[in-house]
Amino acid sequence: MNATAAETAQPIVRIRDLVKDYRRGAEVVRVLDGLSLDIKQGDFVALMGPSGSGKSTLLNLIGGLDRPTSGSLEVEGLRVDQLSEGSLGRWRADHVGFIFQMYNLLPVLTAERNVELPLLLTNLNREQRMTRVAAALKLVGLEHRAKHRPRELSGGQEQRVGIARAIVTDPTLLLCDEPTGDLDRKSGDEILTLLEALNDEYGKTIIMVTHDPHAAERSHRVIHLDKGMLGEGAA
Amino acid sequence: MIGKYLPLLASSLRRKRLRTFFTVASILIAFLLYGLAASLQFALKSGVDVAGADRLLTMHKVSFTQLLPASYENRIKAVDGVVAVSPQTWFGAWFQDERNQFPTFPSDPEAYLRIYPEIKLTEEEKVAWFADRTGALVGRAIADLYGWKVGDQVPLRSAIWRRLDGSDTWGITVRAIYDLPDGGDTRQIVLHQDYFEEAKQQAKGLIGWYVIKIADVNQTQTVSRQIDAMFANSPAETKTSSERAMAQSFVNQVGNIGAILSAIVGAVFFTMLLVTANTMAQSVRERTNELGVLKTLGFSNSGVLGMVLAESVLVTVLGGLLGMFLAWWIGVQFGPTLGQYLPGFRVPPDALIKSVLYMLALGVVAGALPAWQAMRLRIVEALRRD
Repeated sequence: MNATAAETAQPIVRIRDLVKDYRRGAEVVRVLDGLSLDIKQGDFVALMGPSGSGKSTLLNLIGGLDRPTSGSLEVEGLRVDQLSEGSLGRWRADHVGFIFQMYNLLPVLTAERNVELPLLLTNLNREQRMTRVAAALKLVGLEHRAKHRPRELSGGQEQRVGIARAIVTDPTLLLCDEPTGDLDRKSGDEILTLLEALNDEYGKTIIMVTHDPHAAERSHRVIHLDKGMLGEGAA
Repeated sequence: MIGKYLPLLASSLRRKRLRTFFTVASILIAFLLYGLAASLQFALKSGVDVAGADRLLTMHKVSFTQLLPASYENRIKAVDGVVAVSPQTWFGAWFQDERNQFPTFPSDPEAYLRIYPEIKLTEEEKVAWFADRTGALVGRAIADLYGWKVGDQVPLRSAIWRRLDGSDTWGITVRAIYDLPDGGDTRQIVLHQDYFEEAKQQAKGLIGWYVIKIADVNQTQTVSRQIDAMFANSPAETKTSSERAMAQSFVNQVGNIGAILSAIVGAVFFTMLLVTANTMAQSVRERTNELGVLKTLGFSNSGVLGMVLAESVLVTVLGGLLGMFLAWWIGVQFGPTLGQYLPGFRVPPDALIKSVLYMLALGVVAGALPAWQAMRLRIVEALRRD
């Protein structure tokens, strides 16, 4: 899906008056301050801003990893902020793929076992799981590295395994927290190209937190956050 | 269903192989100790189980090492309710090597078989044994151990009794080989009292103790009192009690060893609880980030709790099964050697069942706190940790 198509699509994420406070001892720190935002189906959005601006917090709230202090947060029409802990876990498993800066692969598992992890929560049998794992690894170009452990892979390859794990359940939404932050320029470009392909060819909605203007250029839309408030610019 | 999580559990154990090895080895030792203590207690208790309630033992009031006059036999026979009486004496027999000792008693063959009807031997062999004064009734376990067959001449040595010629070698002929029901202990030899009395050099006219069969089990107290009363105020006063009571009394004396062993095993188990809990707590601490990732992927709190508990149980079951297997193997391998001192030394089935329960309990209790901490872990905080 291209930028024009995303502009005409329905919002997949609808955020209204979102507030998130953290408590540090006796002090209450407001990280997000009444933020409202729509992200449309099939969009590729970059969240930028200085450290402590609240971009990772926003990503965590959209992904249901944390709960807002107030406001509403809908994803695909579902009030994520109102789901119970158990329902939130199931929802994440079905609808969201996470890609981390430090890849967060389990070091004791092979690449294919890492990619298989989200599928353990489904009712698929071993054969079905491995078929999906193979497809995901092929999509990221790492089918020949299936039996390798993370320490036997380069940073770029590890991140590809992380992406394969994120897409293996075929989620609608991909949340990326600095996906190129730990990679050199070449590997970072490869990861961004892969994310673009997932957005263009497979219609995944991608929200990416980044500090890197070069990475943000690859998105369709850049959202600037500062002190928990919104400021927006086009890529 | 659980099977699909096994690679994940197994990989967690492989993370710190040396630590897993030492933890499993510690649990192995704990369960090996438990298995051996249970085997010892089983061996001590098995003597009580086979002891007959309708059999009495009359021995010297001072000590069972003191001898009694052989003349008591006829007077005991005359007591109301007594069905059969046989003298017995500790022979102190050994074969080839003084370490190869086994219980051997000179006895009255016919009375002996009346008193111990559970002994199984062929009619032909029984007649042959009765007829040969140097003949011996040999338990199947002894015969198998030394490869003896009916008709074999065996030079039995005695650590206590010498023959008239001063020799301690007693030539006997294997005339019968007996079995016991339900695989009872058959490590025993019975000789002819007549042959023993005639051939021995010392303590003529004296025997060790009397085994008595009574007609009515309910008469144990009455008959015992009557026998002891007969010999009261004589140079050799007696003390009579049922065979079962004697066996129980013996077990009670050595039973303290069992209690001490149980206490040691209990302390070892408690230590293992702390060791395993510490291992699990360390393991969970090291994997905080990974647990956060699993939760991010959709693993529920209860799922993570179950996974940590399962890992803990896997460690204790692995170590426990290896320990119990080793205890069982020791019983099989060394049981025959220990048999002359501790017949029936093996891991009893109820201890095997209990051990599995202990393994599960140990795993669950040791893993409870780390599992609870893992369950309560907040994803955002967990992901921040390296």
